[in-house]
Amino acid sequence: MVQNLQKLCSMMTEKIFLQIINSLRAEATEEVSLDSPEREPILSSEPSPAVTPVTPTTLIAPRIESKSLSAPVIFDRSREEIEEEANGDVFDIEIGVSDPEKVGDGMNAYMAYRVTTKTSLSMFSKSEFSVKRRFSDFLGLHSKLASKYLHVGYIVPPAPEKSIVGMTKVKVGKEDSSSTEFVEKRRAALERYLQRTVKHPTLLQDPDLRQFLESSELPRAVNTQALSGAGILRMVNKAADAVNKMTIKMNESDAWFEEKQQQFENLDQQLRKLHASVEALVCHRKELSANTAAFAKSAAMLGNSEDHTALSRALSQLAEVEEKIDQLHQEQAFADFYMFSELLSDYIRLIAAVKGVFDHRMKCWQKWEDAQITLLKKRETEAKMMVANKPDKIQQAKNEIREWEAKVQQGERDFEQISKTIRKEVGRFEKERVKDFKTVIIKYLESLVQTQQQLIKYWEAFLPEAKAIA
Amino acid sequence: MKVLEGLDDGPDFLSEEDRGLKAINVDLQSDAALQVDISDALSERDKVKFTVHTKSSLPNFKQNEFSVVRQHEEFIWLHDSFIENEDYAGYIIPPAPPRPDFDASREKLQKLGEGEGSMTKEEFTKMKQELEAEYLAIFKKTVAMHEVFLCRVAAHPILRKDLNFHVFLEYNQDLSVRGKNKKEKLEDFFKNMVKSADGVIVSGVKDVDDFFEHERTFLLEYHNRVKDASAKSDRMTRSHKSAADDYNRIGSSLYALGTQDSTDICKFFLKVSELFDKTRKIEARVSADEDLKLSDLLKYYLRESQAAKDLLYRRSRSLVDYENANKALDKARAKNKDVLQAETSQQLCCQKFEKISESAKQELIDFKTRRVAAFRKNLVELAELELKHAKGNLQLLQNCLAVLNGDT
Repeated sequence: MVQNLQKLCSMMTEKIFLQIINSLRAEATEEVSLDSPEREPILSSEPSPAVTPVTPTTLIAPRIESKSLSAPVIFDRSREEIEEEANGDVFDIEIGVSDPEKVGDGMNAYMAYRVTTKTSLSMFSKSEFSVKRRFSDFLGLHSKLASKYLHVGYIVPPAPEKSIVGMTKVKVGKEDSSSTEFVEKRRAALERYLQRTVKHPTLLQDPDLRQFLESSELPRAVNTQALSGAGILRMVNKAADAVNKMTIKMNESDAWFEEKQQQFENLDQQLRKLHASVEALVCHRKELSANTAAFAKSAAMLGNSEDHTALSRALSQLAEVEEKIDQLHQEQAFADFYMFSELLSDYIRLIAAVKGVFDHRMKCWQKWEDAQITLLKKRETEAKMMVANKPDKIQQAKNEIREWEAKVQQGERDFEQISKTIRKEVGRFEKERVKDFKTVIIKYLESLVQTQQQLIKYWEAFLPEAKAIA
Repeated sequence: MKVLEGLDDGPDFLSEEDRGLKAINVDLQSDAALQVDISDALSERDKVKFTVHTKSSLPNFKQNEFSVVRQHEEFIWLHDSFIENEDYAGYIIPPAPPRPDFDASREKLQKLGEGEGSMTKEEFTKMKQELEAEYLAIFKKTVAMHEVFLCRVAAHPILRKDLNFHVFLEYNQDLSVRGKNKKEKLEDFFKNMVKSADGVIVSGVKDVDDFFEHERTFLLEYHNRVKDASAKSDRMTRSHKSAADDYNRIGSSLYALGTQDSTDICKFFLKVSELFDKTRKIEARVSADEDLKLSDLLKYYLRESQAAKDLLYRRSRSLVDYENANKALDKARAKNKDVLQAETSQQLCCQKFEKISESAKQELIDFKTRRVAAFRKNLVELAELELKHAKGNLQLLQNCLAVLNGDT
């Protein structure tokens, strides 16, 4: 396998080579913890096109557990992929979620969303295509990806949250603004979810994801209902996990992990606080909008009853200005929410996924640790059998020892693998986070700029009217 | 907390207030004959002590320039003495200033003190500064409103000559006007009830004079609408302030994120946090200016339109008296009994009515002139301030974006 990689190295075109050099330069201060030096150029933490974390061995193991496509295909495809990308494909895929449409009636009704993919990646059969999906389909996709990748250390983006209340209102057919808002909020969240998922180079390769994006018919994901048996089982498992976490005392040999965990804990807290403040802002801005509208009407009435003509006209103009400002506040509240607030809540959930991945590493360690303990016990049993001189039992003991030695080795390998993957993933995550925050916050500030520019326009128009009062 | 004129630790909008507020709601020409202002004020527990400063060339006063210390109750006493004076029935009595109300602010300061443990030092200092600025703003407002009252009286050709007013300005001892006790407050309450009941009766009488008829219809409607607009404007300004306060918290959170983050985004967060802090100051000023130029204006004209309505009421009352006197005279003539008495009474009523009508007409015309001028001034200033702040905000945001885009 190493030889294959070396061959690929030399196959890379200049463009991709330069890209990697640049990304390595950018990460001068960031640590890239990888063991085999010849792998370095490919396996940098930058999610650049030619870089796919090629660790197919671990991918095979989870594959067997899932009900989707078989392992060898994935391996072949990923090598194909690298070859294709080496030939000049650019990481270019755009997902849009649009046109929410209510299907059916009553409590069995659901919203269908159009998922449109635009891409130049050759792994897809077309360059532009769309399918209809419902919310539970998204949840099903996430469930599949999580079961395959989470426990080997990949940070799988979490799906948007279920909302029984919100959905019921829509099902029942309330055509009011709160249900339209709810649908829009969900649509935007689903779009962001898919965009994050396809940005992940490993997940992008996954056949389930591709099936989700491409195939017109999708088997219905049944175990995602909020109150289903499987749902309750999941909740129970989560609780058990929490208890386990408390009892696992891991000997952390790598300070990096402890440090990172602490950092993520702090980040989580800070983001929650910020999120609460931004939500308050959204609320107050909406209030301001409503109060401005009320004042505008009141000012208009006052203008009507004022018997001095010029003043009356000015007051009516004031009312008009305030009405326009009310619109402005509404738009700004919209931006406050969809840009700032949702970014924060997305990241709060993403960090939960990151924490989950760290937890899996701990469990992996525990497994390894347990295997070592069992091996020790088996060796003791062997020694006892030797003393007691029971030849058939000795043989059995020796067999078991061999078995557990293999398990210990596997455990160590798994642990090292997951640690490596996590380091890469965290590096990638941090880069994404920085990029995301910068992009969104800059966009948000630009929305604030727009609001101020509009305000200036409105007041500049009003000023001469006020001065004209004679 | 002693507040001296020079001790402005808040943003400069406070000094704008200082100069502008004297003429903010009323367009007065103060002349050398009599100039009144409040030169200083002291807030002590729940009392506010105003230093009333007078400059006058009138012979009525012992000196040309002098000051006394007065409290809110003494202003009310002066106002009530005008109301109760029959001679002033034909004038719009300048509305009394509202009682200084620091309860809300004091409560907030107290809550802040209690919650000190649950927030960071920076947050606590920020909020404390905020609340102190708020307290200061309310304080300056109450000073301004008391001052406006005195200026209106001083500018009125008749009221400025009032003896009680001179005593108020000059007598440097406590006027010993205790606040009304329960009994008196109850009496007032009943008087007001009677007045409004009367008002209903009296307003039913259609006025022969077109001018007054028009004025009555106008004032009734105007008063109600100003009341509504004033309330809505208040709510709007308060929401604006809440949003500005949120910016404060967001700025603090971003600062915390910036100082704790391990990636290169920390500089970014710190810059944005700084932006939110600065933009918040501007938003707070916008809210304060809207409060001053719009809400306060409307509140003042709510009180003034009420005073104008009261004038109309008094005129109607005197009209009713006049008509009753006429009927009494006719009866007396018919019976040929006490005719002289009835004649005198009727003449008095007639004179009173005509005197009131004449001065009322002038007062109402002046009211309109003052109102138009005040609205013009305030609306222009409001628009100018909104523009100034929006431009300031825009500048801040654009500068910040330039820096952020340059970095990334």
